Amino acid sequence: MDGETIIKVEHLAKRFGTFEAVKDVSFSVSRGDVFGFLGPNGAGKSTTIRCLLSLITPDAGSIELFGKSFKNNRTAILSNIGSIIEKPDFYKYLSAQKNLEIFARVSGADVSKKEIQEMLEFVGLGDRGKHKLGGFSHGMKQRLGIAQTLLHKPDLIILDEPTTGLDPQGIVEIRNLILRLKNEQNKTILLSSHQLSEIELIANRMVIINQGRSIVEGSVTELLNTQELLVRIEVDNARATAELLQKAYPEAIFKINSESELEVTFVKELVPELARLLVNNNINVHAIEPTRKLEDYFMKIIQA
Amino acid sequence: MLLKNTYNEFIKILSKPRSYLGIGALTLLVGIIIFAMKADGRSIISFITSTFEQSLTFNGDVLNGNLIAFIILQMLIVHIPLLVALVTGDLISGEAAMGTIRMLATKPISRTNIVLSKFIAGAMYTLFLTIWLGFLALFVSRQIFGTGDLIVLNSDGLVILQDADILWRYGLGFCVAFLALLTVSTLSITLSAFAENSIGPIVSTMAIIILFTIIGSLDVTVFDNIKPYLFTTHMASWRSFFEDPVPFSSIIQSIVILVVHNVVLVAIAIYKFNKKDITS
Repeated sequence: MDGETIIKVEHLAKRFGTFEAVKDVSFSVSRGDVFGFLGPNGAGKSTTIRCLLSLITPDAGSIELFGKSFKNNRTAILSNIGSIIEKPDFYKYLSAQKNLEIFARVSGADVSKKEIQEMLEFVGLGDRGKHKLGGFSHGMKQRLGIAQTLLHKPDLIILDEPTTGLDPQGIVEIRNLILRLKNEQNKTILLSSHQLSEIELIANRMVIINQGRSIVEGSVTELLNTQELLVRIEVDNARATAELLQKAYPEAIFKINSESELEVTFVKELVPELARLLVNNNINVHAIEPTRKLEDYFMKIIQA
Repeated sequence: MLLKNTYNEFIKILSKPRSYLGIGALTLLVGIIIFAMKADGRSIISFITSTFEQSLTFNGDVLNGNLIAFIILQMLIVHIPLLVALVTGDLISGEAAMGTIRMLATKPISRTNIVLSKFIAGAMYTLFLTIWLGFLALFVSRQIFGTGDLIVLNSDGLVILQDADILWRYGLGFCVAFLALLTVSTLSITLSAFAENSIGPIVSTMAIIILFTIIGSLDVTVFDNIKPYLFTTHMASWRSFFEDPVPFSSIIQSIVILVVHNVVLVAIAIYKFNKKDITS
């Protein structure tokens, strides 16, 4: 059933007093998508997600989840969604297992203690079920949060900034968990983030929002492939290499970092040609490392 | 879903240390009163009853469990609202402060059911506190001090109630006392629906009780019209069961006013919570 629209948001707007948190956000998510919801801090991501989960009521626009609006369908819609908004908050005075039992009871599904234990093991907390949340790290709470979203086996998972505040190891753990949800359980995932690199690694489609408006929506590959890369080149003589490249690509922008290293801004498709050019001119190439200028790309899009 | 979430609310209340604070405080206070009455109660009672002793006849010891229970209720019924509000004032706002209300509100349970389950759990906690108070005040006191006729001094004078005529009065008195405490519980949960922190609703509940009690005790004509409608005016209605004859019509009026308070407060909380944007 891939292709079925799971989330459809059109011209969403929400104001808090005089502050317009969301002005005009539209996007759609299809079944099986890992959909990146990208925007800088304060862009309106969390407000939009709260609208998607009926935590706040939008002032204008429409939201459809699984082809239904919240009016008269709220509990039916929410029974098919698992979510973490900003950070998972739990009852600190209860154990991880008790917390999951509490949320399982109101999740609209019968979840056995065995399934709860399996879920704890899935997120790597199998031996922490009896421990109270007071002693859990932020990363452990995030993993428990993901376990909580999966208890009732929902089709749609909404994760709002799931890696915020995590150390590098925690980020990798959460990223791997999300990838497992995608690959092993074929969940539709809406992933909000302000980090393009995170979206690039996980998502297949994305929308970028800024200042409460959706700017661009599409396939991650298509949106990112058309963009320039920053290519770091390590050679014997950086200055001579720069002169050669300047002649071949007069419009390219160069930066010499040291005697043996330079950087050039380049379109992705031209990287193999660049490598051939250097080799054909007998330049000893020690490394060519294309890296995306993520922040530049991001800024370019949101400032456009 | 309502039952499942009510069960959840019980677990939360039972798991919070502050829930036991009220029970512990109540046990300690009753223990202190019983100890004090055991140690020095006889001299206090004889001082009070010395003027009547020549003209009245008592069956059994005046200083008995029935009297101690009455004294305990008189003294503690003022303080129990704080113990109730301490737990119930935290039920919604505490979750808002902790962030768990956000998690709960994204589950397939209606907001009305979330609020109702908190009211039910709050009511059950209040009922437990009332029963615990009754057990300590009546059962323990009667075990320690024995039974006998109860002398009650009220505004109309001295009332002597025979031992056999007392227990039903306590039973119904505790029911009305529970209704009064339930109103405190309902008020604090309703205030909790408006707040994002735990302390605000607890303090506000106590402030309202103090304010209404002061208005009720002020002998000023301008307040005469509103006094009968303040719930605090009816919080001591349980005492009416210890009058002879029992003024049932005024007790029923108090019950009606307290019930109306509860219904209106629950309706306000449900309306507010359903309309509320959860931004915590």
